[in-house]
Amino acid sequence: MATVGRALLILALAISVYGIVASLYGARRGDRRFVDSGRRAVYVLFGVVALAFGLLEAAFLRTDLSFALVADHSASTLSTFYRATALWSSQEGSLLLWLFLLAGWSSLALLLTRHRLRAIAPYATAVLLGFGAFFSFLVVFLASPFETLARVPAEGAGLNPLLRHWAMMVHPPALYSGYTLIAVPFAFAIGALVTRRAGAEWIGATRRFALGAWLALGVGILLGALWSYTELGWGGYWAWDAVENAALLPWLTATAFIHSGMIQERRGMLKVWNASLILATGVLAIIGTFLVRSGILSSIHAFVEPGALLRWLFVGLIVVMIAGSVGLVLSRRDALRTEHRIDSLLSREAFFLFQNVVLVGLVFVIFWGTFFPLISEAVTGTKSSVGPPWFSRYVGPLALVLVALIGIGPLIPWRRASAGVLRRQLAVPLAGGVATALVLLLAVPVTRGKPLALLMFALCAVVVVGVGQELWRGARARAAMSGESPPVALVALVRRNRRRYGGYLVHLGVAVLLIGVAASSAFATVQEVRLRPGGRATVNGYTFTYVRATSRLRADELAYGAVVDVRRDGRHVTTLRPAKGWYSSAGGSLADGAIGRWFDGEPESAIGVKPGLRRDLWTAVEPDTSAIRPVIARADRRFSALMRRFGPVFATAAPAAQRRLVSGIEAGVRTAVQRISARYVASSPPAIFRILISPLVTWIWLGALVVFLGALVALWPPPAAVRRRAPARYRARLAQDLAARVD
Amino acid sequence: MPAVELVIVILVVGAVAFVLSAPLRRAPAAADDDRDAARGEIDELEVARDAKYREIRDAELDYRTGKLSEADWRALDAGLRAEAIEILRALDRAAGRSGTA
Repeated sequence: MATVGRALLILALAISVYGIVASLYGARRGDRRFVDSGRRAVYVLFGVVALAFGLLEAAFLRTDLSFALVADHSASTLSTFYRATALWSSQEGSLLLWLFLLAGWSSLALLLTRHRLRAIAPYATAVLLGFGAFFSFLVVFLASPFETLARVPAEGAGLNPLLRHWAMMVHPPALYSGYTLIAVPFAFAIGALVTRRAGAEWIGATRRFALGAWLALGVGILLGALWSYTELGWGGYWAWDAVENAALLPWLTATAFIHSGMIQERRGMLKVWNASLILATGVLAIIGTFLVRSGILSSIHAFVEPGALLRWLFVGLIVVMIAGSVGLVLSRRDALRTEHRIDSLLSREAFFLFQNVVLVGLVFVIFWGTFFPLISEAVTGTKSSVGPPWFSRYVGPLALVLVALIGIGPLIPWRRASAGVLRRQLAVPLAGGVATALVLLLAVPVTRGKPLALLMFALCAVVVVGVGQELWRGARARAAMSGESPPVALVALVRRNRRRYGGYLVHLGVAVLLIGVAASSAFATVQEVRLRPGGRATVNGYTFTYVRATSRLRADELAYGAVVDVRRDGRHVTTLRPAKGWYSSAGGSLADGAIGRWFDGEPESAIGVKPGLRRDLWTAVEPDTSAIRPVIARADRRFSALMRRFGPVFATAAPAAQRRLVSGIEAGVRTAVQRISARYVASSPPAIFRILISPLVTWIWLGALVVFLGALVALWPPPAAVRRRAPARYRARLAQDLAARVD
Repeated sequence: MPAVELVIVILVVGAVAFVLSAPLRRAPAAADDDRDAARGEIDELEVARDAKYREIRDAELDYRTGKLSEADWRALDAGLRAEAIEILRALDRAAGRSGTA
């Protein structure tokens, strides 16, 4: 079936090229037949790529080791979940996943807009198929997922141990969904600029795709952070790593676009800004893919090493996108002229604009810090990088301004706010912020030494109280008008104004999340201690006792860990079980280090964590295996000698006997490893523990869940009845007005 | 390439060609451009109209939640409705021109 897969990808490339030509020809000649055929090319591309994707997925699920990709990235010992998701742990599979998602989202976008945006859609189709052609080209000529092996191995190499985490396997599809969803508003923006139809129509038609991209990127970023926190053994969730930043950049510009797009929809303003924002978001999405796929910047998230040609092709695509975007915006200035001006600096529009400026400021800072190694190398010849403190220095203050704007913006009306209204609107939320700061200063003395964290808590309180006030006042007003009970009125209010209240929920979640970030960044305590069983360390009032060492041998993993008892004031709090595992490599000869390779395999940390609303108790362990190293070396030498003696016998044995011999040898190796492990556990071995007490980390995950819930509320279409009723009511009112004017 | 795989590829290529060529097999429609332009204008106006309705509704909600005084809301609402009426008139004119009224 590999041949069919290869043929399907070649066909996908041909379909993409045909679709581009048909769409552009149809648009230029005004011939809808070609435009329709071009649109169908997107649907067909999705079908063909889905078939190819399905073929490869089936090969992974049945561990068909004749596929090079399966042999290199999977194994029969993996669970079904990891066998299914191992596809995108490789370069080739990732690129195919990108193409699959792009074709899927593009098909959906063109299906939903098939009766609208008739002038813009053919150009958008050509742009989407342009991406399709690019990624098809990569998987046909440079990174084919359907390469086969002449000699099929007995077992696959397995999945990178660091990727054996549920979050990490969902994270790539989420991020790629974000990147490919962004392609939709990007493509329609290009179409709108080419056709000089730069009104709000393209924004309205693609709004849900932009919001979906924002949500998917957010989910991807959060899962990456969760993986980092629970898998990497350093205790952090964000390291300002190049790949992390690459996902954050388009998320920030998409955030700005989602807000400023509303101003264009309502008032025909900020057209140049919105076009530039979404074009920049599209470029940043490709840069994000490039950073992950190119390995050009070192990253804890990079698991591939591509060829130089692939890097240069990506660079070429980015250059074309930037040059084309800038050229289009400059040449369409007349069509992008604003229809109105901002009435007052005390208006929702003005606050959206301030917020946009801060978001773009964040993008510049993070972009500079991320690409500093490349910039410094180009200028000085030496690759230097900036670390988390550099990012914190600039991002921290900008984040504070942003939270202040999130808190105040929704409380201000569109167009203009009077001084009296402003006082009424801001009084309670500001009082909430001040009260929070005072309570924290008095009740939590440690906050006195961290003014920025304290300010962040106060500003987040302004956001939370402000959102609460909005919900309360809205529900109260609705209840007064409809006679509904307050809870029913609240639900009805949110149902009928999903964009507004979904957005408020997002703000609420962001505030909760940032409280978690500020608290865990400013007040976490980290300590590294070397303990023997029975030894203890006290951190922040918690006593961690290393009770005993543990060992565990699975089909492909050996893990040494520890049982850690945690007490506070003598009372048992929890028992943590951190461990460090090594995945035995499948390759190599049994005659050479058959036992040692269990101890020198790919490492993985299993942390011990007790999450809580107030604090997380977190620990990772680094077992000291130095005492058993001579035993391992001796066992390896004995085993090698034995293998050399039996080598000639093995070579002349019948295949069935060979198989029996191999399984006997493997059983022998496992027994030896188990004995060495028992010896390790009995020897009361020392271990190094990294202990972290981090306040409010759980708030980050809970806040993110609220953010995602809010985004789903805003994304969800209103019920058909509400859609019909609202315009009908206003149409009737307007008809009355019209009649009155004529009379 | 084994025969089964060859047949599958040929079938897929045939299906793709059939689906892509379907629009090209129909007779060309006259004045697609004009119809598209008129439809495009109507679409744009409908988007503007819906945005204006949303603005009117949001202004009312702002008033009900205390963000606008009654005087400010009434002035704003009257202005928005006047703008909406202009859009509705333009929509009628565009629909009349395109013959879809």
